[in-house]
Amino acid sequence: MAVKDYIRERFFPHLWCPGCGHGTIMGAMIRAIENLEIKKRNIVIVSGIGCSSRICGYLDFHTLHTIHGRALAFATGVKLSRPELTVLAPMGDGDAFSIGGNHLIHAARRNIDITAIIMNNSIYGMTGGQYSPSTGYGDFATTAPYGNIDRPFDVVELAMGAGATFVARTTTYHVTSMIKIIEKAIKHKGFSIVEVLSQCPTYYGRKNKFASAVEMLKYYKTHTTPIGSKDKKNNLELIERGIFVEEQLPEYCEEYDKVIQKASQRGRDGKA
Amino acid sequence: MKKNVLFLQGNEACVEAALYAGLDFFAGYPITPSTEVAELLSYRLPRKGGKFIQMEDELSSMCAIIGASLTGKKTMTATSGPGFSLMQEALGFGVMTETPCVVLNVQRGGPSTGLPTSGSQGDIMQARWGTHGEHAIIALTASNNQDVFAMTVEAFNLSETFRSPVVLLLDEVVGHTREKLILPEPGEINVVERLKTSVPEGTDYHPYLPREDGRLPMSDFGHVHRYNVTGLAHDMWGFPSTNPEVVYELMRHLVDKIQGHTHEISMTKEFHVDEAEILLVSYGASARTALHVVEDRRQRGEKLGLLELQTLWPFPDEIVKKRCAAVECVIVVEMNMGQILHEVKRVSDNPEKVFLANRIDGSFIAPADILNILRIIQGKGA
Repeated sequence: MAVKDYIRERFFPHLWCPGCGHGTIMGAMIRAIENLEIKKRNIVIVSGIGCSSRICGYLDFHTLHTIHGRALAFATGVKLSRPELTVLAPMGDGDAFSIGGNHLIHAARRNIDITAIIMNNSIYGMTGGQYSPSTGYGDFATTAPYGNIDRPFDVVELAMGAGATFVARTTTYHVTSMIKIIEKAIKHKGFSIVEVLSQCPTYYGRKNKFASAVEMLKYYKTHTTPIGSKDKKNNLELIERGIFVEEQLPEYCEEYDKVIQKASQRGRDGKA
Repeated sequence: MKKNVLFLQGNEACVEAALYAGLDFFAGYPITPSTEVAELLSYRLPRKGGKFIQMEDELSSMCAIIGASLTGKKTMTATSGPGFSLMQEALGFGVMTETPCVVLNVQRGGPSTGLPTSGSQGDIMQARWGTHGEHAIIALTASNNQDVFAMTVEAFNLSETFRSPVVLLLDEVVGHTREKLILPEPGEINVVERLKTSVPEGTDYHPYLPREDGRLPMSDFGHVHRYNVTGLAHDMWGFPSTNPEVVYELMRHLVDKIQGHTHEISMTKEFHVDEAEILLVSYGASARTALHVVEDRRQRGEKLGLLELQTLWPFPDEIVKKRCAAVECVIVVEMNMGQILHEVKRVSDNPEKVFLANRIDGSFIAPADILNILRIIQGKGA
């Protein structure tokens, strides 16, 4: 199918600003799903609140646009009640790491088979450019007029610490590898986190001396490097991208199926 | 046939009823005095192939049951005051997206952490207005195990019928009182199943276009119809809209579908009301004390009656108004500072004849608390 067969053209034009990276991520998600040949009716997209989360309206799957930070909590309900469905949770960085940080680490700990795609633009875009938990130290935002004094989360380390069994990072510049990574994340049995660095020229760029979306994409090209590359050894400032963790551990819904089996083998008094 | 008689707590009676009503999915977080519900369901649900999950907090529990409900399951959570506060935003999401689910609040003393192990009825208004924005809600309560069972089944039925979260307001006293429950046989109490769309694949399904009777047939996530669910104001497709006409229609629908059916939702019990001169109005655990006072005083020839409310929201205006009009005075008996009192005064033709007998210190309201007020009303002195 063509990309347009996966979108709800009725609801276009979308609300993302010119130069925003989120549409690129939506395109990559669609191509990954197309490559995996998953039926549209078997996919549920669960998002929270923010620019990123508006993706729900545009995608022609079962879509659930929820409340700020709670996408993974809703997604857990969907997935556990219907494990045969493929559940993706696209979220923003504020959504995933700030208000929803608790749900992120617990979904990772449970290893429930949900693919979290974090569209990280290092800013609260929908509300007009406030600093987020992934805004860099010293960066400017409408609520950091003297420079941000918060230290940002390293999303990959956070995910690994929480026990996620698939952790990856990519950018909107590296589209072909983003598609492959999202494909692998969806195929992965267990909780997967894909961080996609996504440009927000309107708010982050304007406050932080990026003249355009193109400059921000160039920054992703020059300031990131594949995991374990030589460049990283020479320049520790470079951000690594690629798949950091990919391991098989018991998946939550499958574990619960075992609970059902154990429970059904017992008599009413609870004894076997 | 021999009846299946159980001796158990109100919380356990609620679990029996939820399973009877077809509960498939429970998400919750431990909190006194509701924890027995989660404990028992963690054991019982998987035995019937259902799912139980202990979430990381009450926020996520409320979210998870809404997510699960959208896949076609009957879902529930259970909590108490602090947890109920945390659930309010997601409860509003359930209202806005018209997702059936049942939220049990076994009330304890508040505000804040308050009195975790003591009964209270302090969350009546929170159930009505706890989530932000104009909306309607259904809230039920019960005073004994048999009624806990009936009202729990009714909570599921109403949530399916009106496509709305239903709040079940028990309290610590009812939740922890051990007494008899005659377990109804399958089929003895009506169980409402979800109304699903008959629109075939390939034909446009409008998830948020009410039928003429106000009902909206649903389509499960995973079935043929793909649509958007959002907490934003939305059109008949479920797509966000700020068009004033669309928003107006949505708001009217959300309120009218419940307020306009108050007579169907209103459930009360009446004890000696026809010959009463003084009417007690009560609900939940307080109604147990009120009933005791009524029966006791009637033996002394005093004309007391009790109107026990089982539906708290939408408030049963007509019934309460009618019963208040037929008596000389009314005493509202509750364990708060007059949350239902104000509703009774609002609907009564003689609000100056409506009095309050209450208890707010964590002690279960005693007959003396009602008799003290009664003596003053009867001119017998304090």
